[in-house]
Amino acid sequence: MKHLLGIKDLSAEQIEELLTLAERFKEVLARPVKKVPSLRDVTVANVFFENSTRTRLSFELAERRLSADVLNFSAAQSSVKKGETLVDTVQNILAMKVDLVVMRHASAGAPHFLARHIKVPVVNAGDGTHEHPTQALLDAFSIKEKLGSLHGRRVAIIGDILHSRVALSNIFLLTKMGAEVMVCGPPTLIPRYIESLGVKVETDVRRALQWCEVANVLRIQLERQQTKYFPSLREYSLYYGINKQMLDALNRPIVLMHPGPINRGVELTSDAADSGHSIILDQVENGVAVRMAVLYRLAGGGEG
Amino acid sequence: MPAERLIASADLLNVQLHRLAHQLVERHGDFSTSVLLGLQTGGAPVAERLQALLTTILGQAPRTGLLDATFHRDDFRRRPLSGPPAANATRIDFALEGQRVILVDDVLFTGRTVRAALDALLTYGRPAAVELLVLIDRRHRRDLPIEATYVGLPIDSLPAEDVQVRWAGRKGADSDGIWLTSH
Repeated sequence: MKHLLGIKDLSAEQIEELLTLAERFKEVLARPVKKVPSLRDVTVANVFFENSTRTRLSFELAERRLSADVLNFSAAQSSVKKGETLVDTVQNILAMKVDLVVMRHASAGAPHFLARHIKVPVVNAGDGTHEHPTQALLDAFSIKEKLGSLHGRRVAIIGDILHSRVALSNIFLLTKMGAEVMVCGPPTLIPRYIESLGVKVETDVRRALQWCEVANVLRIQLERQQTKYFPSLREYSLYYGINKQMLDALNRPIVLMHPGPINRGVELTSDAADSGHSIILDQVENGVAVRMAVLYRLAGGGEG
Repeated sequence: MPAERLIASADLLNVQLHRLAHQLVERHGDFSTSVLLGLQTGGAPVAERLQALLTTILGQAPRTGLLDATFHRDDFRRRPLSGPPAANATRIDFALEGQRVILVDDVLFTGRTVRAALDALLTYGRPAAVELLVLIDRRHRRDLPIEATYVGLPIDSLPAEDVQVRWAGRKGADSDGIWLTSH
């Protein structure tokens, strides 16, 4: 594993290996001293061409917990504004002896392009509406932690499937690991031919909740919607918003997830997000352990 | 074809374990402030055996944990072909602060694993003292100034040789014993 560009390129064994490694790092994070020296001679550049708070903080904390030196770069304050190309920007950072690049970019395929042009490992921290592999890994880790396994589990991904890199990476990962996946949302926000990825499609959120053991509710990405995909937020919330009564009415445990940040009152009501069903904050906690596993694996080299 | 030689039979191994257990009791009494920590992966079965023997001698089980030092090793990034080492579970369900810790491993060779283990150990708190118990001490090859407090069997072996401690029922072995393999 030279880079982590997407879940699509990983085998089930590689995913399993990363999840096991993440378990070890989760134990490290429970120690009084939450830091190990594995990456003390490694410098990591976090190159964020698109805004992010949670993912960047999570990566940075993972890097520091592994004792790596951290370089942060965000496009807002950079020479990208002056017209520098992606490869030039990154080559300049690498000239300062950086060993690993974590990149987020608004364009799908940007990390793949970069990986072809530079020699150091690249971690995709989200590329446009394409993939967000570390999010899918931490979602899988959280499901496994809660339910014990992924194989045969029924997971519904609910919301804006069309614009969601979280949805795509989750679909790749869960189907590779033998889980059953359903996507649910307004027909305008479900890509055509998504069934070809081996997922079920449902437009009624109540039926999706009836079917699933895990509901991964996605954020309505207001910033990605120049076109109107649904008449109003109020209408979306009415038809696709999930509240605590809907979860309680199932009369069985259900695992509620959300990649954050939550639009409270849109895709999830506060009483659902804060209910006992929710593992949303566990996801955030597990994110650091999973990213430590990815960085450890890539910084350590190896052909396999 | 590598040649194998038995250097400690199941009986001898058993005698050594009994001696080591009694030496531990001599120093640590009832183990009220002492704990055993097996180093993953070779030290785990040794710690398990010692715990069982000490339980018989003391009438109660001494607190025993497992420590994995993978993330503290100094050969990370120096094994480009095989990739980073896989990690094993650490299980310490008691506080190490102020305790007398006995690190347990099967073979002491270069001392690098023990060095890493000491670093890993200190991330759990500040023990009152740390001792080292090993079944086999390969005396002639030490990269670091580390010595064991308790030794089952000291041996002189060539760097090209390999010492393997096998336990019945683990990794397909049918009896306990310590073997020397020359390549």
